[in-house]
Amino acid sequence: MPILVFVESAEGKIKKTSLEAVAYAHAMGGPVTAIALGAAEKSELENLGKYGAQKVLHASDEKLNQGIIQAYAEVLVKALQDENADVLVLANSSLGTPVAARVAARTGASLATNVVSLPETASGFVVKKSIYTGKAFSFVELSNKKKVIALKKNAAELKEVGGAAQVTPYTVQLPDALFAVKILSSEKATGEVLLPEANIVVSGGRGMKGPEHWGMLEGLAKTLHAATGCSKPVSDMGWRPHHEHVGQTGVKVAPQLYIAVGISGAIQHLAGVNSSKCIVVINKDAEAPFFKAADYGIVGDAFEIIPKLTEAIKAAK
Amino acid sequence: MKILVCITHVPDTTSKINFKDNNTRFDTTGVQFIIGPYDDYALARAIEIKEASGATVTVLNVGPADTEPTIRKALAIGADDAIRVNAEPTDSFFVASQIAEHAKAGGFDLILMGRESIDYNSGVVHSIVGEMLGIPSVSPVMKLDLDGTKAKLAREIEGGKEYLEVNLPFVAGCQEPIAEWKIPNMRGIMSARTKPLKVVEPKTAESGVKTQKFELPPPKGAVKMIPADNVPELVNLLKNEARVL
Ligand SMILES: Cc1cc2nc3c(=O)[nH]c(=O)nc-3n(C[C@H](O)[C@H](O)[C@H](O)COP(=O)(O)OP(=O)(O)OC[C@H]3O[C@@H](n4cnc5c(N)ncnc54)[C@H](O)[C@@H]3O)c2cc1C
Ligand SMILES: Nc1ncnc2c1ncn2[C@@H]1O[C@H](COP(=O)(O)O)[C@@H](O)[C@H]1O
Repeated sequence: MPILVFVESAEGKIKKTSLEAVAYAHAMGGPVTAIALGAAEKSELENLGKYGAQKVLHASDEKLNQGIIQAYAEVLVKALQDENADVLVLANSSLGTPVAARVAARTGASLATNVVSLPETASGFVVKKSIYTGKAFSFVELSNKKKVIALKKNAAELKEVGGAAQVTPYTVQLPDALFAVKILSSEKATGEVLLPEANIVVSGGRGMKGPEHWGMLEGLAKTLHAATGCSKPVSDMGWRPHHEHVGQTGVKVAPQLYIAVGISGAIQHLAGVNSSKCIVVINKDAEAPFFKAADYGIVGDAFEIIPKLTEAIKAAK
Repeated sequence: MKILVCITHVPDTTSKINFKDNNTRFDTTGVQFIIGPYDDYALARAIEIKEASGATVTVLNVGPADTEPTIRKALAIGADDAIRVNAEPTDSFFVASQIAEHAKAGGFDLILMGRESIDYNSGVVHSIVGEMLGIPSVSPVMKLDLDGTKAKLAREIEGGKEYLEVNLPFVAGCQEPIAEWKIPNMRGIMSARTKPLKVVEPKTAESGVKTQKFELPPPKGAVKMIPADNVPELVNLLKNEARVL
């Protein structure tokens, strides 16, 4: 029974989280059919074979170039049927999660989002989910025949297991009613490392004193090929754009390395970073609560430490 | 204009999370409950619309009797009436089925929710309700302006924003900065006591999702402090000990 995997691309490249979804489905036992919607490069689609996709469907209808959720759900429901697949795997994202929900509601599938591990199948089909904003996990049994699984970042290890996949065009009738939501325009940071996907995040808080000091953090981020983030007050005051705000009410990140500069470490901020592998805290106050959640810490003035850190990283390269 | 706002009753964002009964139930000892912070944005936007152009605002919660103080708080903030579906909100599909049932019956023009609940964080109830009602759903919405039978929205996407247009009715999952959180005043608190709060029994909805047990993440090891005059040592540790560079 094949597993269908919905893959997304950004700026022409398949997203890493989508590669993880393919690897996850492969580790579940496959066989894996991946499906991409809208414009996508053939070489990128073939490349999915490396992570375990036998076959790739490409629904290249230009109406799908924009991420319209109802239309995407329609295509995936149809593809599940055509492929005779009972399981859909995808990555949690602003597109993936709502599409997963609609597909599950439509097909009567058991749905789990924020999944962090492969299923255990010793008794029933059980997945582990992140809940309480990373403060806990739950083990949920998905008992319906059909299942939709949305993965949190890093849920599967990327291993090369195969060669190029075969790419097949895929067409679906798309009635106008599916396009009730019109996307008028979009703004997207391009060329930069996107915060939700980044392996390293450099984040600044109120301790940075003002937007004019962000150049220093951006310099550090650039050296590390990292994304920049911030605390909520920083985006509330308009020092940084809202989409950089990390925490309970902002972006939840799960990088290898999170460097927090001049952030006190309020519990609501920690809720967005507690899935990071390694946390470095730089704060001039030795009593800052963030140190309790950190792996490494430096007590010192951001304006002295940041340039030194940037230099030290350059020197170590 | 009729607006339905769906609210959760969740642990305060500063709560320590613990479980009891062999990790099968949430331990409420010492936990303060609040309106979900995202739901609070949805409610605040609904009240703004009501104040600007007139609307009735109904709040709905799927939960047992102990959620009533949270529902009363929403009434104190300015909602007109409330529905409590008397059931444990065991999973998203079950909750969405209850919401869809009342949304259909109530003929709402706008259904506002939070981007996600802060207990389950599933971020799916709005989409499931949208699918059940056959109407659009958009989340997370950072800006919502009504224009007759249409609405203009801004939605957050990875690393940016999308500007959208959609006809009423639709479902929106809200987040900041859609509105400023509202704090109830004395008059609101007094009037909330007598506003209608209807309790209804749930309809059955089999979802095929069952939580077996909970788990807490392993405790964090002690932090290693590096002197401020030895920054290269941090880089060395990140590289050779943590292996993240
Ligand atoms: C419901 C709710 C949700 C929330 N959601 C979020 C969220 O998602 N994300 C979030 O971040 N916050 C959130 N908050 C706010 C949170 O409680 C804190 O207020 C916020 O995180 C504090 O931001 P900060 O650390 O930048 O500022 P502050 O708390 O003011 O801390 C500044 C820090 O900088 C240090 N500092 C000052 N100068 C220097 C210097 N020269 N060098 C080095 N260090 C220096 C200080 O010692 C201090 O520790 C939320 C709050 C609530 C109530
Ligand atoms: N038990 C509930 N009662 C009412 N509304 C709910 C309930 N659970 C979730 N919601 C709504 O659905 C949104 C998304 O929740 P979730 O899909 O659980 O992340 C929340 O922000 C609420 O607006």
